[in-house]
Amino acid sequence: MKKFLLASTTAIALTLSATGAMAAGNLSIYHWFEYIPQDLLDKFAKEYDVKVTMDTFDSNEAMLAALKAGKLGSYDVSVPGDYMVEIMAKEGMLDTFERSELSNFGNIDPQWIDVGFDRGRKSSIPYQIGTTGFMVNRKAYTGDIGSLAVLFDPPAELKGKINVLDSQGEVLALASMYLNIPQCSTDRDQLKKLNDQLQKSKAAWASFGSDIAKDVLVSGDASAGMIYNGFGAKARAENADLEYAYPKEGYVFWMDNVVLLKDAPNRDNAIKFMNFLLEPENAAAVSNYAQYISGVKGAGKYFIDAVKNAPELNPPAGQKGAFIQACGQDVQKVYDTIWTNLKK
Amino acid sequence: MASKKIDLRYFPGFLPLTYLCLFLLYAPLIIVLVYSFNDSVSITKWGGLSLRWYSDVFFGPEAPKFQTAAFNSLTIAVIAATVSTTIATLAATAMIRAGNFKGRSFGFVLINLPIMVPEIVTAVATLIFFSAIGFTTGYLTILIAHIVFCIPFAYLPIAARMQSIDNTYEQAALDLYATKFEAFKLVLLPLMAPGILSGFLLAFIISLDDFIITNFVKGAGIETLPTAIFGSVKRGIQPNIMAISTLLLLVSVVFVTLSYLVGRAGEKSK
Amino acid sequence: MAGAITNNSKSNSGIYAGSAHVLMLPSWLIIGFFLLIPVLLMLVYSFLTKEFRGGVIWEFSLDAYDQFFFYRGLFGDEPPVFEWTYVGIFWRSIWQAGAATIFCLIIGFPTAWFIAMRRGANKSVWLFLITIPYWVNLLIRTISMKFLIRDNGPLNEWLLWMGAINEPIHMINTNFAVQLGLFYSYLPFMVLPIYASVERYNFALSEAAADLYASHWETLRLIILPAVKPGIIAGCILVFVPSLGAFLAPDLLGGAKTFMIGSLIEEQFKGNAGNWPFGAAASMILLSMVLAMLTYYARQQSKEVS
Repeated sequence: MKKFLLASTTAIALTLSATGAMAAGNLSIYHWFEYIPQDLLDKFAKEYDVKVTMDTFDSNEAMLAALKAGKLGSYDVSVPGDYMVEIMAKEGMLDTFERSELSNFGNIDPQWIDVGFDRGRKSSIPYQIGTTGFMVNRKAYTGDIGSLAVLFDPPAELKGKINVLDSQGEVLALASMYLNIPQCSTDRDQLKKLNDQLQKSKAAWASFGSDIAKDVLVSGDASAGMIYNGFGAKARAENADLEYAYPKEGYVFWMDNVVLLKDAPNRDNAIKFMNFLLEPENAAAVSNYAQYISGVKGAGKYFIDAVKNAPELNPPAGQKGAFIQACGQDVQKVYDTIWTNLKK
Repeated sequence: MASKKIDLRYFPGFLPLTYLCLFLLYAPLIIVLVYSFNDSVSITKWGGLSLRWYSDVFFGPEAPKFQTAAFNSLTIAVIAATVSTTIATLAATAMIRAGNFKGRSFGFVLINLPIMVPEIVTAVATLIFFSAIGFTTGYLTILIAHIVFCIPFAYLPIAARMQSIDNTYEQAALDLYATKFEAFKLVLLPLMAPGILSGFLLAFIISLDDFIITNFVKGAGIETLPTAIFGSVKRGIQPNIMAISTLLLLVSVVFVTLSYLVGRAGEKSK
Repeated sequence: MAGAITNNSKSNSGIYAGSAHVLMLPSWLIIGFFLLIPVLLMLVYSFLTKEFRGGVIWEFSLDAYDQFFFYRGLFGDEPPVFEWTYVGIFWRSIWQAGAATIFCLIIGFPTAWFIAMRRGANKSVWLFLITIPYWVNLLIRTISMKFLIRDNGPLNEWLLWMGAINEPIHMINTNFAVQLGLFYSYLPFMVLPIYASVERYNFALSEAAADLYASHWETLRLIILPAVKPGIIAGCILVFVPSLGAFLAPDLLGGAKTFMIGSLIEEQFKGNAGNWPFGAAASMILLSMVLAMLTYYARQQSKEVS
């Protein structure tokens, strides 16, 4: 069956590349919706005489599931988050490129070249970078917000007024930081502590929600809530009482990356597109649209003020962010149990 | 009590419940309507009156994407609802008007299978199946998937209607030497109209709203409105979605008014 | 009935008996090919070994069902005890879906009745009026509903202003909000099938009942409800069954603090868990429950037909 599936996906890929050969050139992108400005895609299409088609997904895991279910082979590039790059590489879903193929490879900010999820950048390039922390409505709570205790052992003012992201990865990573436990720890006592802490914290939480994370904070339904920093900047623009926190225990760093997919029907154009996105001006165009900072050197000078000056987007020096790690199978199983316990 | 002449159609309390029903259905739409004219980028804070989101829908840089998505959604919904209503009408005729035939219970289960399987399972399984048989995902795969899951939504009201109609009318037609096909077309179908309309409307709105399955079986370059709306979580929901929703409501209201006028003209000519 | 005297049909309900299979063919073909085969594939998946991060390994395994029914501790090495978690999630979903169905029926039946009593073209207009709100996407409708029922939202403010309440009613993130989410997702699916049935109701029956000194409500209970039963059952199926697997609207309004069947299964395919066999197994358990219910109904219906 697996062979059959593989054979048929290759068949689809062949049909696609066959139709591709008829046009001047094609590029098929698997991307988040509304995360890249249409102008930029048009610019690429015009510059390289390539027809760009884009399919969209709504979460890293949904993309992985769709590729596993048979969509691999129909796209050239995709935009997974950090830990997902590692997972996809392990699943054999990524193709590699040589540095020499990308003339703009030198534009990558050096700190983002030797990253844990893709050492030396063999199949991915940095795209947008952000953090996941939390925001507090300063009218509801005036105390110190520099600690994750605001989320996990909240002060009385915030009890029952907290929204957390409906995402296992982010919640467990932040909880681990709060307890000073390494991510993906295999230590049983630590895992038990994690489980107990979340059970306790849950009592003070009002809701789990990702789509509405910004709106509940703006409207005041929630007085504190986990949020991505880019959303945080927008939330503050709509409600000035909100403040984004950089907790001392740490916060989640995330980075979306453009990856070269295996069995890409138009590998050449995919390389051209990745190179195109490494131009500082183009990288900045994405940042200005999506309001996250970029991993490309020199993009900063093209940023609009809303990106350049937002406190949410520019963490103070000396703070520690960490990427979410992709745990091994045994730890992931315990994580799943902890998550189910939390939501049963 | 019995001496007093009472209206058999009237039940105390029914009218207030109907109003409550309408209120519940429409109250949230007032919010959508109001916030589509909001000058702020927020969907929860009022920032003054403005038409900027409407101009965004028609002339903004993302306008073509949303317009194509709306077009795809509407055409898929119309086609899927029409096809599934037709299939459901034929199936209901067999289920209700053909006695107890072999495979009847199995048929009933099969027709209702699409609502029994959780959507995400249908989505993943269908995508695996499509890739296994070498179907390239695109407009057609969305359409097929929509037709399949619309069938029970069309079938159940149609079958309920047919059960409420006595078959004496068709029998009379047959006694007057009508063929079975004529009895079906000239007697049963006209009596079925309210059921068929109900089935069609339910199939239409269920297709228009589907996200989970569409998200998996769509191909590169094809978006529907729900996938576009759910996909925008990375940037947050923009008020232009409110404007698009209001415009869709406007389209539907125009459509209903037209059908009402046509219907009334039809009645007058009788 | 009249059927007995016609020469071209054997039983009174089998006018199109000869054509039954032809009439069923389109639905059998399209659902059989594009859904039954994929669902059978999922049935097979539920008995396979899970591949880490989604997918399956083609080796027979009962792990998925074992996980559903037995708990072996946080680390999976304690002696097995019966697992109440998933049974609990199922029970809660059934309960919420049932409550939503009853709300839909209480509000949907009078509405359907009201529409059926309109004349001519007005009926279609009313049907459209019930479905028009559903042209707006579920996510948007639900977010607006959430806005409406907030603690300091328009509904509470209006009630306070009217003097109906003294302090805001807390509705958001409660069980009630979950049921409201389900109710609001499926209301027309109750109204329209009932309407299709009620519209055919013959008032001669009510008159006869009134002549026999039946009270108004007795007529409703003993004459009208049995006569329009097919519509009520169809409506209940269309609200209850999809509600069992739904999670989006109830999660948005109810706060998603606990899994529904739908979100539990979704998590197995689209979340971190990536446990396809378990997702498939939970679906098959749900499917067999609904199947048992519908088969029972189909049997009853068959008895009535023959």
